Amino acid sequence: MSPLKIKKGSTSHSAYNLRPTFSDVQERHTLAAIVENEPGVLARVIGLFSGRGYNIESLTVAEVDHEGHLSRITIVTTGTPQVIVQIKAQLGRIVSVHEVHDLTVEGPAVERELAMFKVAGTGDKRIEALRLAEIFRANVVDSTLESFVFEITGDPKKIDAFADLMRPLGLQEVARTGVAALSRGAQ
Amino acid sequence: MVVQALKDQGVDTVFGYPGGAVLPIYDEIFQQNDIKHILVRHEQGATHAAEGYARATGKPGVVLVTSGPGATNAVTGLTDALMDSIPIIVLTGQVPTFMIGSDAFQEADTVGITRPCTKHNWLVKETDNLSGVIHEAFHVATSGRPGPVLVDIPKDVQFANGSYTPPEQVQTHYNPQVKGDMAEIEKLVDLMMTAKKPVFYTGGGVINSGLAATQLLRELVAATDFPITSTLMGLGCYPASGKNWLGMLGMHGLYEANMAMHDCDLMINVGARFDDRITGRIDAFSPKSKKAHIDIDPSSINKVIRVDVPILGDIAHVLEDVLRVWKAKGRKTNKEGLAKWWDQINEWRKVDCLKFKQQGKTIKPQYALQRLEELTKGHDRYITTEVGQHQMWAAQYLGFEDPNRWMTSGGLGTMGYGTPASIGVQVAHPESLVINVAGEASWLMNMQEMGTAVQYRLPVKQFILNNERLGMVRQWQELLHGERYSHSWSEALPDFVKLAEAFGAKGILCDNADDLDEAIKEMLAYDGPVIFDCLVEKHENCFPMIPSGKAHNEMLLGEAETQGAIDAKGSVLV
Repeated sequence: MSPLKIKKGSTSHSAYNLRPTFSDVQERHTLAAIVENEPGVLARVIGLFSGRGYNIESLTVAEVDHEGHLSRITIVTTGTPQVIVQIKAQLGRIVSVHEVHDLTVEGPAVERELAMFKVAGTGDKRIEALRLAEIFRANVVDSTLESFVFEITGDPKKIDAFADLMRPLGLQEVARTGVAALSRGAQ
Repeated sequence: MVVQALKDQGVDTVFGYPGGAVLPIYDEIFQQNDIKHILVRHEQGATHAAEGYARATGKPGVVLVTSGPGATNAVTGLTDALMDSIPIIVLTGQVPTFMIGSDAFQEADTVGITRPCTKHNWLVKETDNLSGVIHEAFHVATSGRPGPVLVDIPKDVQFANGSYTPPEQVQTHYNPQVKGDMAEIEKLVDLMMTAKKPVFYTGGGVINSGLAATQLLRELVAATDFPITSTLMGLGCYPASGKNWLGMLGMHGLYEANMAMHDCDLMINVGARFDDRITGRIDAFSPKSKKAHIDIDPSSINKVIRVDVPILGDIAHVLEDVLRVWKAKGRKTNKEGLAKWWDQINEWRKVDCLKFKQQGKTIKPQYALQRLEELTKGHDRYITTEVGQHQMWAAQYLGFEDPNRWMTSGGLGTMGYGTPASIGVQVAHPESLVINVAGEASWLMNMQEMGTAVQYRLPVKQFILNNERLGMVRQWQELLHGERYSHSWSEALPDFVKLAEAFGAKGILCDNADDLDEAIKEMLAYDGPVIFDCLVEKHENCFPMIPSGKAHNEMLLGEAETQGAIDAKGSVLV
């Protein structure tokens, strides 16, 4: 048997160049997982994303049912439609995960995020920051003579917009909670 | 408490290795006779032995090891079991709860380390929860897609007294769906009734589902007369002597099996997962077929290959429904189309892709396996393998009539799997013939387990095809890396006969084709463990082969086929 004369560095050297020919359109989805509130459950979810190379844009987690030992993890992720389906299937088969919901496809949903902005400045810039905060319905939760801390709640895009406006006005620091989301309606 | 929980789960055998953090459990084991403990020589050996035991019996395998290095040594076996969906329960000792996080002696973050290589794992901090967790561990390991689980038990939890929960009182929310969706099953049956070129593509899931699944599959194949092929993990779910059997498919699968997969118009995947060793180039994988996929794991469906009819459920449940619906709809198949399809398949069979020439005294590995098959096929036989060329040859040249007779490391490809696995199988079936088909390099990776075989008088036969090479690595280097044989030969090999004697086993050396039959008979006749050193042709390559990145119909066939015309072009048959 003689060698196949494959050029050095060609991908034929690898057994792993076999990517599927699925669609490469990137979609953004908000997923909610109801999980057992036990040690390590967050590590399982994060480990799944890092181990299989999926993206996490934002992740929030907190206990939602103390009696039932349940927490809700809200994950915003991006990927091709096929990857999104895989993520849901992979999440669903973690033993501590009770339910997985894709809020992006299961009908209308509301998404909210809380953020705090520290803005430092004096004179016109300071007045302008306060004026814009009022327009965005942000609250002042801390104030000194040359700084404010604003608290704002809303759709992530609204928070992005507020951040863009604050940047030239002396934005020092931002803290964001990540997205919490619920489907609309009675169910 | 632990021993009681194991007894209530019907455990009769535990593979393990003691250490400081599991001494309380070993103390309990010492004081009872219901559970047999097999002392291995390395914790990796314990996990593979448990895998062999599980695969040969259909029951979960149980492992007991200590904290720290005991647990980390078990990681390879856990990963192997995860990839091949083998149910094993690993109990690890842990440092006392009040010392966790202090870098105590033999402390490791066992649940952290094993989280990605188990189906689920638990750290038990309260003795009251211990029995409940162990029962849940058995439930999780064996339901849905089976897999390995681990329970980490700190030493103070082992010592303390607590309340015991019997298995029937354990509550669990983990209950995967087993019944398939009837609408999809109807769709599949409709496709089956009209398909001109159907093929069953079966995998390890059939065997994991249980004997009922195997029976139903055989019934369905007989009723429809569709051809059937299987992955490495699924060998035995349909008898190798059955008339619809095409042989194994995949990278080193049979020509007729791969060609049938490529040309079919209906592919029915039963418990296989479109692994990259099976599909080859994905955009050229079976381009003309409608694909149905029956699997219990939703993440396996549409992961690699988009399918037209996804059926989520347990194989046995789904096949039962498929058969029922097919019968109700009048047992129809496209007879005319099928007849043509079989004509085509018989043409492919004529290629005789496994033929080889045994000339002279040097033993060809294929010949060694052919003779082994001939001399053992009537026996109550179990085969384990290591990983490499010998594994592929064993899959090609040995025939399996029943499930649970073939244990091999498929997904992870763990060299060193076969010897401990053969021990696990022999423990489960003490009267049967258990042969580990090995390569010399793989075999050396867990050869310490010969001590276990000798200690427990387990008459495992280690059939080593010794080519003094890492044969599969060498083959890839020859074909793909310009014949630069970087570190792929075995130097300073031990004298295997003396090694066998040093362990207290029997050693047999055979380097002449004329003596092979007698030597194999001698191995079979010996009532004890044997190391059979079969010196074979050093540069034999394993064919057929689908080079990676190629499609199923671009297989390479062997030297026997290409004869003198062995330039690269000539050997690529379309």
